[in-house]
Amino acid sequence: MKILVPCKRVPNPDLKLKVANGAVELAGTTWQVNPFDEYAVEAALRLTEKGKGGERVGEVVAVSIGPKDTSAQLKQLLAMGANRAILIAGDDSALDADRVARILRAVVDAEKPDLVVMGKQAVDGDDNQVGQILAASLGWPQATFLASILLAADGKSATVTRELDTGVEERRMRLPAIMTVDLRIIGKKAVRNEALAPATAEWEDTQRLASLKGIMAAKKKELREITVESLGVSGGILVKTVSHEAPPARKAGVKVASVEELVAKLHNEAKVI
Amino acid sequence: MPGTATLILLETTTSNLRSASLPTISAARKLAQANGGAVVGVVIGSGIGAAAQDAARYVDKVLCCDNPALSAALAETWAPVLVAAVKKIDAAALVASATSTGKDVLPRAAGLLGAGMASDIVAVTGTKTFRRPTYAGNALTDVEVLTPVVVATVRQTEFPPAAPAASAGTVEALEPGPIDALGSELVALHTSKSARPDLAEAKVVVSGGRGLKDATNFKVLEELTDLLGGALGASRAACDAGMVPNDLQVGQTGRVVAPDLYFAVGISGAIQHLAGMKSSKVIVAINKDPEAPIFQVADYGLQATWESTVPPLIAQIKALKAAG
Repeated sequence: MKILVPCKRVPNPDLKLKVANGAVELAGTTWQVNPFDEYAVEAALRLTEKGKGGERVGEVVAVSIGPKDTSAQLKQLLAMGANRAILIAGDDSALDADRVARILRAVVDAEKPDLVVMGKQAVDGDDNQVGQILAASLGWPQATFLASILLAADGKSATVTRELDTGVEERRMRLPAIMTVDLRIIGKKAVRNEALAPATAEWEDTQRLASLKGIMAAKKKELREITVESLGVSGGILVKTVSHEAPPARKAGVKVASVEELVAKLHNEAKVI
Repeated sequence: MPGTATLILLETTTSNLRSASLPTISAARKLAQANGGAVVGVVIGSGIGAAAQDAARYVDKVLCCDNPALSAALAETWAPVLVAAVKKIDAAALVASATSTGKDVLPRAAGLLGAGMASDIVAVTGTKTFRRPTYAGNALTDVEVLTPVVVATVRQTEFPPAAPAASAGTVEALEPGPIDALGSELVALHTSKSARPDLAEAKVVVSGGRGLKDATNFKVLEELTDLLGGALGASRAACDAGMVPNDLQVGQTGRVVAPDLYFAVGISGAIQHLAGMKSSKVIVAINKDPEAPIFQVADYGLQATWESTVPPLIAQIKALKAAG
């Protein structure tokens, strides 16, 4: 089983975002792997190991498009356990979901993975498009917003659950496929490969951290840097970002001292009850 | 050059248009006005003749793609139908609600069309320009789609529900072409049954968080919810702890809500949660922690435990209603 995991570098979502003069200012931010993509890496690792801490069977390849220092995030993923990584030189300003999908299409053509697992969206652009466009481009089935993945023992199909607005949907699908994952994919029993781990297998209720051993091992792993041109991808973007602005600030609220005061304010002032 | 029509994927049951599509019809009308063209709906499913008639009350025309093999909303089969519909009417734009169906199917259709797509738009600013939230709602971004055909999903809470048009449109059958699910099949759909309004449409939302500690404690929030005719919500922490089902989650992951009145009870107010509720008109926060970030967005903050406040809140609202 070879799994490709596209990962985006995003600004730390917990830092206050500076928006000024029509632009988002990221000069002072710290960078990290998009949380949903990190969960996708965790899912891919679970799908290729004999239970928690077990031997890896198969290959997990992390791929990112970004500036040179995105290698820091890819090294972290290698330290988590990914087998190798590919960094494609690129900058957000020259990318949109369609172009990212076209670049990933070229990577899939070259790598021929059995499965692509990725985050359902990046927490900066919040587009939630790349997986679906990639699936359309490849003519592969897609399963979005996954809460669980059970890979069949023969490695040719999977049963997945998807988180919907009004409940949970269970689907069967064949591989190769594109899967995009939601938050709960890192649950203890959310992901399993029937060929490698028994039904009783459990993992931690979170993504794994890089161990010291993992960090040492990562130094010997391949991190290949290539260009978009070397992949033979041409063409530009289909959606242009014109400008950003800060959302209107909410006017300062008030603290109320008691339930009586709250009810009075809601009734007489806000007129909502 | 494409034509001027705006095509809208209308979500239906077998008999009715779903209310989740009504705000998106408003957005489609705005886009159609800018383009100087018609609003054409497309409905997809199996045995949906009655639903197509219901949907036709809102648009100039409905394309009805009714086929047993299309009963499940699979992006693999639905996206090619949308492409066929776009081509049939030479549409300038394709839109859908940013529901789990719209978010799954529309990008695949955009990919097949080679069209640029704007996700989760909150405003139509021109024929090809849109405003949309990014960075978990911490920025509003203006985007321009550069392709002849424009694709967009619409954030339901930011457009008013559409009223029926002056006269009902026609219904026309749409041939799906070859249907290939690429090996995908729906096994089961586990939907939460609730008599309450949908989260995205409710006028009042009462959400509980980690502070509720236990599933049984949500009972008191449910009482407040039902008293106000609202919908019950929750923070990610409450869902992850198994207190309530995941589909009650309000936030960047989960549902986006913008009711007239939002109660955040025992919710600290992580960025993730704020992204899903800070467009609410009036926000009430009840939290015992004075430092909780939720107080920064709350119109009315009450620093207290839910145990000491929610029961008297219910009693006083009841008294207020009785005094009516």
